[in-house]
Amino acid sequence: MSLQVRDLTVDIDGRRVVDGVSFDVPDGARMGLIGESGSGKSLTALAVLGLLPDGAEAGGSVRWDGRELVGMPDRELATLRGDEIGIVFQEPRTALNPIRTIGRQIGEAVRIHEHATRREAAERAVAEAARVHLPDPDRIVARYPHQLSGGQRQRAAIAMALACRPRLLIADEPTTALDVTIQAEVLELLRSLVSDAGMSLVFITHDLAVLSQIATHGVVLEHGRVVESAPVSTLLSAPASPVTQGLLRDATATLWHPAAPGGGDAG
Amino acid sequence: MIRYALTRLVLLLVGLVVASALIFLTLRVLPGDVAQLIAGTNSTPQQIATYREQLGLDRPLPLQYLDWIGGLAHGDLGRSLLTGTPVVDELTQKAQVTLPLGIMSLVIALLVALPFGVLSAMWRGRGAGTGLSVGAQAVAAVPVVWAGMMLVVVFAVWLGWLPAQGFPRAGWQQPVLALRALILPALTIGVVEGATLMRFVRSATLQAVGEDYVRTAAAKGLTRTQALIRHGLPSVGLSVVTVLGLQVAGIVVGAVVVEQLFSLPGIGRMLVSDVFARDLPKVQGELLVLTGFVLIVGFAVDLVHRAIDPRQREAG
Amino acid sequence: MTGRQEGIRSAARRQGRLRRLWALSTGRFGLIVVAVVALTALLSLFWTPFDPAHVDIDARWLPPGWPHLLGTDAAGRDILSLIIAGARTTVFVAVSSGVIATVIGIALAALGALTARWLRETVAVLVDILIAFPVLLVAMMLAAIWGGSLWVVVWSVGIGFGVSIARVTRPELRRVLHTEFVLAGRASGLTPAQNLRRHLLPNVAPVFFVQLSWAMAIAVLAEAGLSYLGLGAAVTDPSWGLLLKDLQQYLTVHPVAVLWPGLAITLTVLGLNLLGDGLREATDPTLARRRGRARSARTHQPELTA
Repeated sequence: MSLQVRDLTVDIDGRRVVDGVSFDVPDGARMGLIGESGSGKSLTALAVLGLLPDGAEAGGSVRWDGRELVGMPDRELATLRGDEIGIVFQEPRTALNPIRTIGRQIGEAVRIHEHATRREAAERAVAEAARVHLPDPDRIVARYPHQLSGGQRQRAAIAMALACRPRLLIADEPTTALDVTIQAEVLELLRSLVSDAGMSLVFITHDLAVLSQIATHGVVLEHGRVVESAPVSTLLSAPASPVTQGLLRDATATLWHPAAPGGGDAG
Repeated sequence: MIRYALTRLVLLLVGLVVASALIFLTLRVLPGDVAQLIAGTNSTPQQIATYREQLGLDRPLPLQYLDWIGGLAHGDLGRSLLTGTPVVDELTQKAQVTLPLGIMSLVIALLVALPFGVLSAMWRGRGAGTGLSVGAQAVAAVPVVWAGMMLVVVFAVWLGWLPAQGFPRAGWQQPVLALRALILPALTIGVVEGATLMRFVRSATLQAVGEDYVRTAAAKGLTRTQALIRHGLPSVGLSVVTVLGLQVAGIVVGAVVVEQLFSLPGIGRMLVSDVFARDLPKVQGELLVLTGFVLIVGFAVDLVHRAIDPRQREAG
Repeated sequence: MTGRQEGIRSAARRQGRLRRLWALSTGRFGLIVVAVVALTALLSLFWTPFDPAHVDIDARWLPPGWPHLLGTDAAGRDILSLIIAGARTTVFVAVSSGVIATVIGIALAALGALTARWLRETVAVLVDILIAFPVLLVAMMLAAIWGGSLWVVVWSVGIGFGVSIARVTRPELRRVLHTEFVLAGRASGLTPAQNLRRHLLPNVAPVFFVQLSWAMAIAVLAEAGLSYLGLGAAVTDPSWGLLLKDLQQYLTVHPVAVLWPGLAITLTVLGLNLLGDGLREATDPTLARRRGRARSARTHQPELTA
């Protein structure tokens, strides 16, 4: 199962914000989409899943396992979403429905794709909550999002995305909105889940330091175009484009210490 | 939750007191010498004095107010100046018309606003959506009176399906006739109020469409429409509950005019004729009941809203 | 930056807003309708096709045609002239209640935002309670004392919407009071009056004008309803609401005539409502229209009176 993106474009109200992006995600690969804010990375991810906002249109080609996703009717795309391709969003505060328990929200994915009964889904929800290391899983499933901390909400969102064991996970800046102390934990959780299940991963971020800990290959975007595509180690040691160089400077300025090439510790 | 309920209850009571005081002050104090007003210009001082005593106007103001409020506790809202009948009796009798009218209007308003509001939001940008939205604006601008007149022309004059006026003298003992008499009036109020409410439902739905958690629901495997309906609409429903209080106020007001148009023997029509007759004690009682009703509905709506929304439930 | 330069900049900003208002279909429609009604009212002071009060029994119930473009009523009065003259009353009611609502609204908002804490809280609670009084009921209350008249309409709408305006304007006022540039203005030595004019007003004004538009729409509806009930315009005043009442008696035999005053009222109210909507869109910089994200419903819906 692989993802092939060719010349993807996204137009919003006539303005082209993603302009001919191409990349591949082979089975089991861990890839990063990196760029400044506004470079079109999130929109690229949303375009893959047919979740673009109103007024935005996608063009080009996105092939998942040979099937063309651009232009696919929403009903078919919906069968893929959650089941074969999962996505975790940036802002856990708003990504969860405030008037439903998280157990019900986690269980919903299972009920949709595996046609589970309410009770089966409830049991699965507890299991998934445990898998993402949420404390007290059988009690926490009865809680509402506002009763959880930011890190816990993001773990719940990850549980929701992975409940049906998708083959590909797209993570759109999943740690950016979290406290620095929690970021490392959530990142570690993602890494272990992805590698344990053998999933492919597309990790979106603006922070090269974060990327270096989870991805092996990086695609750099600027203004909706790919400016560089290389293994992460190359991006860190010998960045070719000025955009990447700028990102590297920003990363070095914060946490990452260039002591060990090929992935150091975060701070 | 209990604490919230108690706070709102206190506010409600304060509101009722303020409302009653305002009504009392306006109707007792502002007219100047009420006794003279009622007695008329050609009356003798003797007559005026009699009136004054009858109405208890010779007592100090605060005591008059307390008399009135005290009477309330016993279910006594005073007596009509003209006929002497107790205000409460007349109110209960007329409520038989106004209350069902109000409920029917509210149901119709909701039936109009909810589906059309959601649809006009979902079809935004397309011809149908814009058409619905413009239509709602236009209908919301229609004076209730005129809407009633047009409905009468169409359904009573041209089609002859429904009565143009009146309410069966036997009241609800002839339920079918009574209902038929209320359909056009309720439609009048309901459609116009529904149009106003629809604009609100539309903007609430638009907000729901843009919510992140609706997107997350679609990301789990629902179609975007399903995600909107299952995850977005409950919050729209919640928002509608919030404005229900306003809607009720609008319906009360609409009922006053509609009862006049359709000659329905309800509270609204009675209020109008009492105002014309300057039957101040009655007007006082009627206004208090109507305003109190609006305040109480607002209170109930607040509680319901609070109870449904889990975010606010434990906030005390 | 000198005061003069700032003045020029804010004038340019105002022009930009006006232009944006015009560009919006809602704003444009609203402006046109309001202009037409105002001009009609003005015109009626000098000329109407016929004298609206002129009775001619022989010419009663003429269908629309020449010379009575909209026909005549039961007394032979020219309906078009009645409509044109009625615009006068409408404009009078809308403007007067607007003025009263403005004064009361600003006074209450100022009291509720700029004074000592206990006063602020009291005003806030008072406003929330007064909101629940439907305007029509206030009108009936006043009419019971003083008899029906246009002033009753004007004052009840003025008070009712004054409170409404205060409710919306007060938090805006408070919010702006605490923003940084206002504090900076005070720090840099501006007098409170200058601060008010330069910083507070331009920020609070948009919300205020939106509410005012909607208030005037309600005023027109209230006048129509109250005049219909006989509690508004005097019998001798030209009024669309009164015309509806006159024509109602003959509804079953002459249904068409009712169309004209009703349309006049509806179009005016629609115009004012859309003007308010347009103003809100044109002046609110935080509304992200073009990103496919939803506009949030900020201000509350106006209550509907008869």
